[in-house]
Amino acid sequence: MAKIPVQFRLNGTDRAAFVDAPETLLNTLRRSLGDFAPKYGCGQGACGVCTVLIDGEPHLSCLTLSIACEGRKVETASGMADGPELHPLQAQFMEHFAAQCGFCTPGMLTAARALLDNNPNPTRDEVIEAISGNICRCTGYEPIVAAILAAAGSPGLRRA
Amino acid sequence: MLAVRSCATLAEAAGLLSGDRQAVLLGGGTLVMRDVNEGRLTEGTLLRVTDPAFRRIEAGGARIEIGAGVTMGQILASRELAFLHAPARAIGGPAVRNMASVGGNLFAPAPYGDFTVALLALDAQVVVQAGFGSGRATPLEELLASRDRASPGLVTAIQFSRPANPGDFHFRKISRVKPKGLSLLSIAAHLPLAGGRVSQARVAYGAMAPTPIRARGVERTLEGKALDAAAIAAAQQAALEGCRPATDAIASEWYRREVLPVHLGRLLAGQPR
Ligand SMILES: Cc1cc2nc3c(=O)[nH]c(=O)nc-3n(C[C@H](O)[C@H](O)[C@H](O)COP(=O)(O)OP(=O)(O)OC[C@H]3O[C@@H](n4cnc5c(N)ncnc54)[C@H](O)[C@@H]3O)c2cc1C
Ligand code: FES
Ligand code: FES
Repeated sequence: MAKIPVQFRLNGTDRAAFVDAPETLLNTLRRSLGDFAPKYGCGQGACGVCTVLIDGEPHLSCLTLSIACEGRKVETASGMADGPELHPLQAQFMEHFAAQCGFCTPGMLTAARALLDNNPNPTRDEVIEAISGNICRCTGYEPIVAAILAAAGSPGLRRA
Repeated sequence: MLAVRSCATLAEAAGLLSGDRQAVLLGGGTLVMRDVNEGRLTEGTLLRVTDPAFRRIEAGGARIEIGAGVTMGQILASRELAFLHAPARAIGGPAVRNMASVGGNLFAPAPYGDFTVALLALDAQVVVQAGFGSGRATPLEELLASRDRASPGLVTAIQFSRPANPGDFHFRKISRVKPKGLSLLSIAAHLPLAGGRVSQARVAYGAMAPTPIRARGVERTLEGKALDAAAIAAAQQAALEGCRPATDAIASEWYRREVLPVHLGRLLAGQPR
C-alpha cells in the first residue's frame, strides 16, 4: 500500500516521514526519525514508556496514529537537554539515582515534564498522580518522586 | 491490510460505518490500537473523525451535550463539568485521559466503563447516527443492553441534564492499586432531595455486570425516603439485584458481591471509602 507523507515538529525541528496508514507514532519516531528515547514496552497503553508530549500534553505514542500528528508539535525526552546542559529533571534524576536500568526513564521524564510545565510547584500527591501511568520495575518509585520534587521550582524549567 | 480513512463530517463517518462491516470507528484508540499492535485487528478500515463537532462540549446551560470524541482530559479542563471530574480522573493515568474518549468508554468491556457509570446515573441519552441522515437520541441504558450483540452505528454525542445541586451527585471507583488500578467496581448515584426526601434516585454500577447497569432495586428502596440509617440498610439489602459480576484478574465474582453493599452503604452515608 502506498506510503503517506506526514510532517510534524519534533523537538523544535520540522520533520517529515512516509508512513503506513495504521503506523503508530512510536514506530515512526524510532524507525524513520531516529528518535530512540520513547521505548516499546507493552504496546497496550499500560506501561507509559512510550509517553511523548503532543501539543504539550502527554500521549502514548504506541497507541497514536502517526497521521493524526500532522502539523502538530511532538516532544520526546531527546529534546529536553539544551545542548550539553541537562534539563533540571534530568539533572535531578541523576542526582537522586532515579534510574537503574533506565528503560522507564524517558517516559518518566516526559510525564514529569508535562506536570512541571503546567504546575512548577506540585505536591507529592500531584507528582504521584502525574507518573501514575508509568511503570518502573527497578527503583520502587521513591527516588523518582524525590527527583521530580527536587526539580520542581528550579530556574530553567520552562526553557523553550 | 488495515486502511485508515479520515472523515471530515460525522455524517460521512456514520455512512461508512453502516455500509462497511469491516469499518471500525477510532475514538482515542486506547483499546482499538491495542488490537492493532497485538495483531488482532489486521483487516478493514479505521475511521478517524476530524469533525470539530465530535469534540465539542456544550455545558453552559441546564442541558449538557458532550461530543462522543471528547476526551477525559477535556472533561477535566472544563470547570462547568466539575461534577464529572471524579469519574474522568478515575480513568487511567494522565496520558490515557488525554486520549480516552467518552464515546469509547461506552463500548469498553468490563471492568472498564467507569465514566459510563456516571452517565447512567445522570439518565444520559446518546445520539446515535446509523447511516447518512440525522442522529437519534436513545437512552444510554438501551445502547448498553444491546451493545455486545449489534453495532449501534456511530454515537455522535451524549446529552443529559445538569444536576440542580452538584452535591447530590456521587461517584466512587473502588480499586486495589492506587492511584490508578482498574475497577473492582464503581458506583455513581444522583440523589436529588425534595423536602429532605430522595426524589428520582438514580444509582449505577460498573464492573458488576458485563456492561454498566442501573441499580433498580436500590433506586426503588431509596425513593421518597430520607437518607437515614434505615433507608441505607434497606438499600444495602437490595444492592445486588440484577448484578452479574465477572471473575477476572482484579477480583472474583464472590468478592465483588461481598464488597458492593459495603461500599454502597458508605457512599450513601457520605463516609470516606
Ligand atoms: C492503561 C489503561 C488504563 C485504563 N483504565 C481505565 C479505567 O480505569 N477505567 C475505564 O473505564 N477505562 C479504562 N481504560 C480503557 C479506555 O481507555 C477507556 O475506556 C476509554 O474511554 C476508551 O475510549 P477510546 O476513545 O480510547 O476508545 P477506542 O479504543 O477508540 O474505541 C473503543 C471501542 O469503542 C468504539 N467506539 C469509540 N467511539 C465510538 C463512537 N463514538 N461511536 C461508536 N463506537 C465507538 C470503537 O470502535 C471501539 O470498538 C484504560 C485503558 C488503558 C490503556
Ligand atoms: S509501550 Fe506504550 S504504554 Fe507501554
Ligand atoms: S529504572 Fe528500570 S524500569 Fe525504571
